[in-house]
Amino acid sequence: MQNMEALPYFPGCTLKQRAAGLDRSARDVFSALGSPLAELPGWNCCGATFPLTVENLLDLTGPARILASARAEGTRLAVACAACYNVLRRTNHLLRTDADKREKVCLFIESEYDGDLEVVHLLELLHREIGYGHVRQALRRPLEGLRVAAYYGCLLLRPAVEVGFDDPEDPVLLDQLLAAAGAAPVSYPHRGECCGGYLAVRSEEAALEASKRVLTAVSAAGADVVVTSCPLCQYNLDRRQGIIARQEAGFRPVPVLYFTQLLGLALGADGEGYRLDEHYVDPRPLLRERGLADV
Amino acid sequence: MKVALLPEGLRSRLQQRVEEASGQNVLACYQCGKCSAGCPVAGVMDLLPNQVIRLVQLGLVEEALTSQTIWYCAACLTCAARCPKGVDLPRVMEALRELAMERSGDHLPPDRLPAEALAEWPQQAVIGGFRKYTW
Repeated sequence: MQNMEALPYFPGCTLKQRAAGLDRSARDVFSALGSPLAELPGWNCCGATFPLTVENLLDLTGPARILASARAEGTRLAVACAACYNVLRRTNHLLRTDADKREKVCLFIESEYDGDLEVVHLLELLHREIGYGHVRQALRRPLEGLRVAAYYGCLLLRPAVEVGFDDPEDPVLLDQLLAAAGAAPVSYPHRGECCGGYLAVRSEEAALEASKRVLTAVSAAGADVVVTSCPLCQYNLDRRQGIIARQEAGFRPVPVLYFTQLLGLALGADGEGYRLDEHYVDPRPLLRERGLADV
Repeated sequence: MKVALLPEGLRSRLQQRVEEASGQNVLACYQCGKCSAGCPVAGVMDLLPNQVIRLVQLGLVEEALTSQTIWYCAACLTCAARCPKGVDLPRVMEALRELAMERSGDHLPPDRLPAEALAEWPQQAVIGGFRKYTW
């Protein structure tokens, strides 16, 4: 579908700071495809993690407030960050299905909200509404033969009943999108397993344990680049490659990009504001070599 | 590990609190070990995920509370997605973290986080860490 109205969009805290390149490239992609993103006014932090104990209602108030204010803007809310998406989807599911908790949370946030907003990830919008055919037609610099490792991580996939994004054990949406953009997705294991999440805050060893498993599989599969939708996955997978390269003789570092950065460049964006110089494994030599960016 | 099983421990108050807070029936677990087999951080844990739930089943919640494993769980939900009995183990881990911090306070006090790391970590990691390691 082309020329849709501007979509209410929730960037989230990380996209305003460390992952500003994800925010900027997401806006580029959707503008290039005729559906510009319109930032939700007056938004707050989603809380980054969904509360897992049943009586922890306080941690639901942040995401519930976002949902209620987005509902005042329209019937859908587009989200780029996999963590915000997970928290907002799960909170929405809970508010929709548990009347008692909904009542308590709504009392606290002093808003009426009955769970009828649809929270959608940008990847779902590209798949279901914009369509890969339209993406293909809009390409200015196809990702010709670029060997991409599509990394899904946890937050887009689980719990499947609540986030309902893709098959949790065999996801395909990101692979299909990249293939539509001309890339050659590589097959590798651990694509839907944890990068280590926020564990680095407490234990670098635990974070390395998780990210190393993914990265050795990516490197062994011969990928040119890893592609993700989550700022924490991007950080964990990018940051630890120097450490792994020192530990493992055969390890070949692979740049880690947001899917929107790669797609934005393929759609003709100049990469301004993508913060490619802030990545740990410098993606610019690869992008220059493939004629995707002059940066 | 050598443990003593006592009748009062098998349906103890602490065990009930874990079940209530997590919303999970820990006795549903039949110890197939699928959670531990797929856990991406099992390699650095002192107890495997299935051993933690076993301790709770046996009423040995104190032992579970002192395990490092409850802090290594990143709630990635791989185990929950694969559990043949539908046990949401990350919820049990969160209930145990809450119990541990209710007694001992913050597991990782925010003022102990190094300034240079705070500048480097994505905001999402810092907030996630606060949510999981502070009370």
